[in-house]
Amino acid sequence: MNLTSTYMGLELRSPIVVSACPLSEDVANIVKMEDYGAGAVVLFSLFEEQIRRENALYQEVMQNTEGAFAEAADYFPGAEDYQSGTGEYLDLIRRAKEHVEMPVIASLNGTSAEGWIEYARQLEQAGADGIELNVFYIPADVSLTGVEVEQRYLDIVKLVKSTVDIPVAIKLNPYFSAMGNTAYKLAEAGADGLVFFNRFYQPDFDIENLRVISDLRYSQHDEIRLPLLWIAALHGRVNASVAATSGVQGATEVVKYLLAGADVVMTASSLYRHGIEHLEMMKRGLESWMQRLQFDSVASFRGVLSQQNIRDTTAYERANYIRIMERARLA
Amino acid sequence: MTRELNVTTIDGNEAAAYVAYRVNEVCAIYPITPSSTMAELADEWVVKGVENLWGKQPDVVEMQSEGGAAGAVHGALQAGALTTTFTASQGLMLMLPNMYKIAGELTSTVFHVAARSLAAQALSIFGDHSDVMAARTTGFALLSSASVQEAHDLALVAQAACLKARVPFLHFFDGFRTSHEVNKIALLSNEHIRSMIDDELVYAHRKRALNPDNPFIRGTAQNPDVYFQARETVNPYYAAAPGIVQDAMDQLAQLTGRHYRLFDYHGAEDAERVLVIMGSGSHTVRETVDALMTRGEKVGVLTVRLYRPFSVKDFVQALPGTVTHIAVLDRTKEVGATGEPLYQDVVTGLVEAVNSGLFSRLPRVIGGRYGLSSKEFTPGMVAGIFSELTAQQPKNHFTIGINDDVSGTSLVYDVDFPLPDQGMTQALFYGLGADGTVGANKNSIKIIGEGTDLYAQGYFVYDSKKSGAQTVSHLRFGPEPINKPYLIREADFIACHQYAFVQKIDMLAQAKPGATFLLNSHLAADQVWNDLPAPTQRAILEKGLRFFVIDAARVAQSAGMGTRINTIMQTCFFALSGVLPRDEAIGKIKQAIEKTYARKGDEAISKNFRAVDAALDYLHEVPIPAAESNAREFPLAVPDSAPDFVRNVTGVMIAGRGDDLPVSALPVDGTYPVGTTRWEKRNIADQVPLWDPALCIQCGNCSFVCPHSVIRAKFFHMDYLQQAPASFPSSHIIARGFPETRYSLQIYTEDCTGCRLCVEACPVVDPKVRGRKAINMARKLPLLEQSREHLGFFEKLPVNDRSKVEYSRVQGAQFLEPLFEFSGACAGCGETPYVRLLSQLFGDRLIVANATGCSSIYGGNLPTTPWTTNSEGKGPAWSNSLFEDNAEFGLGMRVTVDNHTALARSLLVKLRAQLGPDLVDDLSQAPQVYESEIRLQRERIATLKSRLQQMDTPDSKSLLSVADNLVRRSVWLVGGDGWAYDIGSGGLDHVMSLGRNVNILVMDTEVYSNTGGQMSKATPTAATAKFAAAGKRVGKKDLALQAISYGNVYVAQIAMGANPQQTLLALREAEAYEGPSLVLAYSHCIAHGINMHQGLTQQKLAVASGYWPLVRYNPVLRNEGKNPFVLDSTRPTIKLKDYAYNELRYRILLRSNPGEAGKLMQLAQEMVDLRWRTYEEMASQTARDFQPVA
Repeated sequence: MNLTSTYMGLELRSPIVVSACPLSEDVANIVKMEDYGAGAVVLFSLFEEQIRRENALYQEVMQNTEGAFAEAADYFPGAEDYQSGTGEYLDLIRRAKEHVEMPVIASLNGTSAEGWIEYARQLEQAGADGIELNVFYIPADVSLTGVEVEQRYLDIVKLVKSTVDIPVAIKLNPYFSAMGNTAYKLAEAGADGLVFFNRFYQPDFDIENLRVISDLRYSQHDEIRLPLLWIAALHGRVNASVAATSGVQGATEVVKYLLAGADVVMTASSLYRHGIEHLEMMKRGLESWMQRLQFDSVASFRGVLSQQNIRDTTAYERANYIRIMERARLA
Repeated sequence: MTRELNVTTIDGNEAAAYVAYRVNEVCAIYPITPSSTMAELADEWVVKGVENLWGKQPDVVEMQSEGGAAGAVHGALQAGALTTTFTASQGLMLMLPNMYKIAGELTSTVFHVAARSLAAQALSIFGDHSDVMAARTTGFALLSSASVQEAHDLALVAQAACLKARVPFLHFFDGFRTSHEVNKIALLSNEHIRSMIDDELVYAHRKRALNPDNPFIRGTAQNPDVYFQARETVNPYYAAAPGIVQDAMDQLAQLTGRHYRLFDYHGAEDAERVLVIMGSGSHTVRETVDALMTRGEKVGVLTVRLYRPFSVKDFVQALPGTVTHIAVLDRTKEVGATGEPLYQDVVTGLVEAVNSGLFSRLPRVIGGRYGLSSKEFTPGMVAGIFSELTAQQPKNHFTIGINDDVSGTSLVYDVDFPLPDQGMTQALFYGLGADGTVGANKNSIKIIGEGTDLYAQGYFVYDSKKSGAQTVSHLRFGPEPINKPYLIREADFIACHQYAFVQKIDMLAQAKPGATFLLNSHLAADQVWNDLPAPTQRAILEKGLRFFVIDAARVAQSAGMGTRINTIMQTCFFALSGVLPRDEAIGKIKQAIEKTYARKGDEAISKNFRAVDAALDYLHEVPIPAAESNAREFPLAVPDSAPDFVRNVTGVMIAGRGDDLPVSALPVDGTYPVGTTRWEKRNIADQVPLWDPALCIQCGNCSFVCPHSVIRAKFFHMDYLQQAPASFPSSHIIARGFPETRYSLQIYTEDCTGCRLCVEACPVVDPKVRGRKAINMARKLPLLEQSREHLGFFEKLPVNDRSKVEYSRVQGAQFLEPLFEFSGACAGCGETPYVRLLSQLFGDRLIVANATGCSSIYGGNLPTTPWTTNSEGKGPAWSNSLFEDNAEFGLGMRVTVDNHTALARSLLVKLRAQLGPDLVDDLSQAPQVYESEIRLQRERIATLKSRLQQMDTPDSKSLLSVADNLVRRSVWLVGGDGWAYDIGSGGLDHVMSLGRNVNILVMDTEVYSNTGGQMSKATPTAATAKFAAAGKRVGKKDLALQAISYGNVYVAQIAMGANPQQTLLALREAEAYEGPSLVLAYSHCIAHGINMHQGLTQQKLAVASGYWPLVRYNPVLRNEGKNPFVLDSTRPTIKLKDYAYNELRYRILLRSNPGEAGKLMQLAQEMVDLRWRTYEEMASQTARDFQPVA
C-alpha cells in the first residue's frame, strides 16, 4: 500500500504529519514520531517576540550586574558568548536532522521584517527542510483594512521566499473575507504550501475574579469542517501544496482531509490526548480504510470529494446551505 | 633576547592568573575579594579548553573554604602535582596552618595573593599588606609585585624559583590597586613561560611525591629530642633562595628585556634620603623621586621585591653608600610592636650589616604606615616623607595620608604637590553601578591600549551600596607606560553619565584648567546652565572649561537601546577627548561593537551603530555665560536635625570626604550608632509606588515584601486627620467595630529603589482600569514634595502598640515597626524582606550574629547602616564576626544570654526580700510568649532597676548589669548559603547538635552572591555559576533533611513570594521553639539572572514546580504524638524547566550547550520528583517515624 505523499516538493512516506506543538521540543519525541509513522514533523514555533524578550532579559540582567559593585564585577560565566533566541532552536533542527530521515519543517512566527529575514535564513542554514510561517496575527487595529491585512501576509511570504531556497508554507487563519482569492495570491506570491487553519487561542473570562483566562484547549474532531470546506473548495485551484490541520483525532479525519484534497494531514491534539504512539493507530486506520475501499495509494483518492471532482458542486456553495436549513426546519 | 610583541590590556588578577594557569596542574580555590577573579578565570579557561604548558587543562577544584583549599593544595602537592591557589585576607589566614606544613616539607608551590586588609575593628575588602605580613612566619618566600606587568612577570619568576629552591612562594600584589587596575602590558609568550620552567625540576617535584611503588612517610610527629634539629635542616634552602630568585629574574630579563632585582634601587646615585617600600606605592615614590631630583634633591627609593627570605646582603648592596636617612614604609599595622615588619627587617638588617662590615655606617631609620585599606598614597605624601627626613628629629612610627590628632603620628604634606606634565590624557567618568559606564570604559581602554601605540590605564572606584551605587572611572592614556597607582586629581576630561550626580557631587574640583566637561542631560544646551548648582557653574567659569551636553537617554531610546547609554557616552568621550582622531576613534568603536555583538546578531550591531552615529548628532556645546546664575549650593549630605555623630562623621563620609576625618572622629573599637540610613536620602529611583486608598484592601502584602522597608502602614483615630495635610491619603480601616479608625499607607519615596515588588505583590485588580492595582508605580519627581509633607505628618502619628496588633497574619504584621530600613541592598533584593520581618517580629529583643556576605555588607557597611531602633529606643543588636564562624559566634551570644539570665535569676532569689517577693516571683516565672506579656516583663524590669539603683551592694550592682536579660532574648544567626552550606557548615552542624535556643536564618540565593555568584553546595543542578560554568552536575544539599535528622531541631523551608503567611508562621514558630531552629529562606537574587521585579513570581514558580517545597518540622509536635513534618505546599503543578528557564543562570547552559542542558534538566527534574516523593511520604507518617526528642 502506497502512503507516500508529496508536500511542497518534499517526498513523505506518509501523509500524516505532526503539526507545530511543544512535543517537538525534545529530539527523543521527534524520533518517536518517525518510529510511529509520521511523514514529517513541523517543529514548534520560534516566536520572534520570545527571542526579543529573552534579549531584553539578557540586556537588563547584564546592565544590572556588570561592574555594579566592587566585589562583583560580573556574575555569569560565559555570558559574553550568550546567544539569545535561536541557538537552541537551531540546535534542535540540527539534532533532529541527525536522528530522523523524515523532513523536518521549522515553524517561524515573526513580528518584524528583520526578524522574518534573519531567522528564516538561520533556519535554512541549520538544515530545515522547509519553513512554515505562523502568522499569528489578530488585526485588532480598527483602522486596518482587509486589504492591508492580506497584504501583510503576502509581504511576509515574498520576504521569506526571497531570503531562502527551501520550500515555505504559510499557516492561514480562516477569517479572510475572500479566502479563495487570498490563498490564490499567496501561492502566486511564492508560498509552496498553504496550511488550513491556524487555531487562534481565544480567551475566556473569569467573572468572579475579573480576569482574562488564557488556556490551551485541544482541538475537537468537529473542528475539521471549516478547513475541510476550504480545502475541498480550493483543491486544484491554487498552485501550492495543501496541508490540513485542526480537529484531526483519528484516521477518519485523515481520510476526510485527503478526500478533500489535502496533500498532508497534520495533528497535535490527538498526540497530547493519546500519546505519540497514536500516530501508528492513525496510520493503521488509514491503511485499513484504504484496504476496505480498495485504494492502493493515497494519490488515488486524494481530492475525490473536492469541489472540482464531485458532480454536485453546490455542496460547497450557497445552495447547499439552503438545503441544510430546509432539512433543519423539517426536523 | 626576543621582545614580546603581544600586548594586551588586562588587570593584575588576570595578569597573574594567566601565568599561574599555564604552569600548574591543579588549582584548589575559594572565592574571596579581591582575588576571586583569578580563580574564576582559571575555571573559565578550563571550560574554554585553554591548555597549560603540558597540553592539559588544570584541574580547578572549588573547596568549601580557604582552609579546605589549602588542604587540597597540600594533598595535591604531596601527590606530585604542580599546584596553586589564589586568595586574600581572611582566606590567607585560614590557609596559615597548611602553609607551615607545606613550607616545612620544602614543597614547591606558589600562592597568588591579592593583598587585602584583615578584619579588625571592621572588615575591609580593600588593599594593604596586613594579610601577607601575617603569613611572613610560615616559611613561605614572599615576593611582591608592584604593577600589573610585574604581577604577570613575577608570577613566573616565583614559579621558576620555587621549583629550584624548594621553598614555597607567596606571590602578592596590592588588592584592588593592582589586582583590579587595567593596564597595557606585554604578555609573556608560551615559549617564554616554557623556557623558564625546567622540566627536570618538575620531574624532581613529582619524584618527591607519595608513591606506593616507592613508599615513605611524611608528616610524622616528632619529640623534644629531634624536632628542633629537624627544624634547622631547611636553613641552606632559605639561604640559597634569594640567589635563585635573582637568577630567575635575570633569565626573564634575557627573554623579555624587563629586569627585576630583589631590591630595586631608583634615584640619585649619591642619594642621602631613601624610602624603602614594597608594592604599588613604590611607583608613586619613583615618580616623586624623579620630580624631586629635577629640583636637585638627593633622594632615592628602594623597592623590595623579595621580602622573605630577607637577604641583608642584597639589601645593603642595593642601597647607595651615601644614604644618611631612610624611611621605611609599611602598608600594615602591627599593634604593640617596636615597628611594622618591613621597618623591623630593615633596622635589623642594617645593624647586622654594619656589625659585619657589609655596610659602613648606620643611617638614621624611621618607619611609617601608609595606604591601609587602599587609602590613597600620592606623590604629595611621598614628598612629605622625604621632607620629614630632613627634620632635626624625624618622626618615627609616623603615619601618612591621615590626620592622627589622637596620637600625633601623622605627617603633614602638600596635597597639591606638582608633578611635571607627562603628556597624557586623564579622564574621569561618574556613572551608576548599573549603567554600563565601567564596562564601556574598560572597552575604551582595550580599544586604545590594544588598537594603538598608546598606553592606557583604568581604575574603578565604587561606593558601598549595591543599589544606585556611584562608580568613578579613572582613565589615563599616553605615549609612555603608565604607572600611577593613585587616583586622578587633575583631569583633562570629566564625564557625568547621571544627571542627578551633578546636582550633589563636586566633580569639577578635579578638573584641570581648560578641561572638557561632558554631561548627560535631559536639558538642552541652552537650558542646562541655569540648572547647575553654583559650585559647578563657578568651576566652569573659573577654570575656563568647555562644556558639552548630550541627552543620552533620548539617543538610546531612538536607537532602540532602551536605557543603555554607555556606548553613546563612550562615543562622546572619543569625539571630545582627542585621545584619537575622531574618525579613527569612531571606526574603532564600531569594530569593537562588531566584535562584541558578533554572536548576538545583525540587529544588535545595527542598533549600536545607530547609537554611535546619533550620539554625535545630539552632542552639543553649551555656550558659557559670563557669570553664575544660580545661588544654590550642593545639598547637605544629612539634615541639620541629625544627631551630632551623623552630622560630623557619617555625613562627611556620605559627602565623599571621609578621607578628611581625623582619627579622633572615629570610634576606638568599631562600635557605631544604629539607625543611620534614615539620614541618607539617596533618591535613586525615578519611579516610586503610589498608593490608591480607594482600591486598597489593606492586606499588607506590599509592605511585607518591600526589600527596603519603604512602605509603612499605621492605623489611628480619625481625629488625628484634623491636623493632617489636606492631601494626606487615608481610608477607613477594614475591620469591623472600628468606625472611627483610619488607615494610611505611606511610601518613603526618597529611600525607595523603585524595584516594583510591591506592585507585583498587590492582589487587587482595578476592574475599571486595565493593569491598575491598589499600588502603582508613578514618576517620583512630581510626588516628592507632597510625599515629604505626608511623611512628616505620618511620623507624628502614634506608633501602633505591638501588644495590640494581631501579627500572626500578614495583614497585622504591616503595623509592626521595621527596625531594618533603607539598606543599600540591590533593588528588589530577595533577602532583605526576611531580615526586615525578623526585625519587625522580634526586633526589640533581637541579637543578630551575621555571617559575612551580602547581608553583612548591606547590614553593616559604612557610612550608613540600616539596623535601627523603635520609638522606645530599643532594637536589634547586630554584629559580624567572620564568614566561617557565624554559627559559633551566635552560639556564644546565646550562651552568654543564658548565663546572664541565670545569674540575674539567682541574684533575684538572693535579693528577694529587699526587692519584694512578688516582683521577684513575677520576674522569674511570668510567661513571655505574647507581646502583652513581654511588655509587662519590661515594666517589671524598669521597677527592678529603679529599686536596684536605690541599693548599693555588690549583688545589686551585679544584678543591675544583667537585668535586661530577664526579657526573653531572641538570638538569630543570619547568613547566606555560602556560610551555611559551605564554609560554616561544620560549625552550623555542631551548633544545631548542641540543642541551645538559637535561631538560624539561611537566606539561600544558591550562590556566593556578594562575591559575584560562585557555586556553593546550595547551587542547583543544571544551573550555571562561577566554578560551574558548564552547569552544576551534583544535586543541591538538602540541609533541611540533615537538620531534621537530629530530631530536636525546628526546621522550616520558606519562600515569601510563594506563601507569605507560611513565612510568617515559620519564623514565629522557630523563634518560639526553645531549642535550635533552622529556617531556609528562598531568596531570589540578581545572580539568578532575572528581572528583579519578577523575583516573587520566581519564588511562586519554584514552589509550584516542587523545586522548593514549603515545609515545617516542629519537634514540639513530635512530643505531642503528632507528625512533626508538615508539607505546606501542594503537589507540583509545573515542570522544573518552566520555573528554571526564566532565569539566565539556567538559560546560559541551554544556549551554550543545549544537549548538556537537557540532560542536566532531566536529572534535576528527577531529583525534584524524588525529593517531593520523600517529603510527601514524610508528611504522611506518624510521630513515631521520627527521631524522639528528649
